[in-house]
Amino acid sequence: MSTPATSKRPFALMAEFRSSKELLHAIREARGAGYTQLEAYTPYPIEEIWEELGHHRSWLPLVVLIGGIFGACFGFFMQYWVSVINYPMNVGGRPLNSWVAFIPVTFETTILFAAGAAVLGMFALNKLPMPYHPVFNVERFALASRDRYFLAIARWDPKYDRQATEEFLHRLAPQEVSEVAS
Amino acid sequence: MSSSHSNSTVASYEPPADLERLQRRGWIVGAVGVAACLAGWALNPIQFFQSYLVAWLFWLGIAVGSLAILMLHHLTGGRWGLVVRRTLEAATRTLPALGVLFLPIVFGMQTIFPWARPEAATDELIRQKAAYLNPTSFTLRGFLYLAIWALFAFILSWLSLKQDRTAEPGLSRRMRMVAAPGLAIYCLLATFASVDWLMSLDPYWYSSVFGVYFLVGQGLSALAFLIVMAVYLSKREPLEAVFKPLYFHDYGKLMLAFVMIWAYIAFSQLLIIWSANLPEEVGWYLERSYGAWKYVAILLALFHFLLPFVLLLSRDLKRDAKRLSRVAILVLCMRFVDLYWLAAPSFGHEGLSFHWLDLATVLAVGGVWLALFTGQLRRRPLLPINDPLLEEALADD
Repeated sequence: MSTPATSKRPFALMAEFRSSKELLHAIREARGAGYTQLEAYTPYPIEEIWEELGHHRSWLPLVVLIGGIFGACFGFFMQYWVSVINYPMNVGGRPLNSWVAFIPVTFETTILFAAGAAVLGMFALNKLPMPYHPVFNVERFALASRDRYFLAIARWDPKYDRQATEEFLHRLAPQEVSEVAS
Repeated sequence: MSSSHSNSTVASYEPPADLERLQRRGWIVGAVGVAACLAGWALNPIQFFQSYLVAWLFWLGIAVGSLAILMLHHLTGGRWGLVVRRTLEAATRTLPALGVLFLPIVFGMQTIFPWARPEAATDELIRQKAAYLNPTSFTLRGFLYLAIWALFAFILSWLSLKQDRTAEPGLSRRMRMVAAPGLAIYCLLATFASVDWLMSLDPYWYSSVFGVYFLVGQGLSALAFLIVMAVYLSKREPLEAVFKPLYFHDYGKLMLAFVMIWAYIAFSQLLIIWSANLPEEVGWYLERSYGAWKYVAILLALFHFLLPFVLLLSRDLKRDAKRLSRVAILVLCMRFVDLYWLAAPSFGHEGLSFHWLDLATVLAVGGVWLALFTGQLRRRPLLPINDPLLEEALADD
């Protein structure tokens, strides 16, 4: 039974900053020092962080695109099948395949499936729902949803070293450095 | 890191010398075009006036659309607009010249618009509309639209110049106060203008969404031109370091939105008219899908909407100035095709018959317009140097 502070297999080392500017600076320094397994936590989305972290490209746009294309085909051919194949009906002498009239529904199903793919894809790629995550072992982490900015360097970072990494983080003048128990 | 910052406050952002070359080229193309137009006017005046309408509307769309985007920027802010404000202002200051260039349309009214011909008096339907569609009120209205747009352009340019000179902090607010009613008035006038200059080519036809179609087209023209100019300026001193990928990303996103709304409006009109299938409405589409015009319509669907739409989905493309400018050039070309497709089928030629004057008039008006625009652009610093938000926009973060 070990207390979080002396956990044998920590999850990460985490530094707390008071401003996004400090956090961005810290990310740049950490990347410059050769750390790769970084994660940042902020109270609101900050556009530059995504790039600064050097994360791999997200698959989400592709998932959404496929969802949209599928939705478009589904919407159009559903109407085509109903009006041309399954139940052909003459409406005001118009052709059975009245594609102009099919477009609004096709548009709607495109949006529906693209949006659905975005939500479900986001959940899947983020491995949500996730009932447990180690970062919450740090008590002050609750402030990440208020006014504090956190940077975590994961244990599996090749450059991770309990002592050296902690010293490195301290040099960035954070509010606090804590070890995240896993 | 901080040295570049102190540099930028000293810089005066003088326009690059290359602009002079662009201006000279504009005059040359314009002169050749005007000579060709004069010859065409002598040989085939009817064709000349009809081609001229499309050419004038195309370049007018860039100037008036720039006014709309400028006012939109004053109202909504954003760093993307600050760095191209001078380009937009220069484009809007060409409006008086475009007013002068409206004169050939006034002179050629009878050959362009069926309701202006003497035989229109015998047509019952046109006679009913004569209170609005008559040469006198058409001319007065045309100059009125142009004068009011030019007035807003000059007030905004004047306030902007005053800001350069005095750095008065209240000027930003005053520009906003002008832009708010200006944008509403622009939309109203552009709707009327669309009726006068395009819809009335077929005096029987009407479509309530046409005004929006026309002004979205103007906004898209202006935005595409703005992107081309932004890329041009971003390759030259003094703005080389000012343009960031983030700005091109924003321009790309705006162009994507405009491309989508253009398609949305174009399709709405088609769907409504197709569903009702009324003889006086649907004839307009029949004319525009007859013979080779059908392929022009398909061309528009593919290259005015589908291709730019798919390309602009890409984040990388939007942030890459060079590739973005290629899409913008494609959109500009398609803007002309769109206006041509709206106007030319009503001129009563048998099918699609592209005349060399269609090209000559575009080059004539375009050359002259580009020269005037470049001349205006060269007259002021390329950035609003005393705008309170500029420093933040230039800070490297």
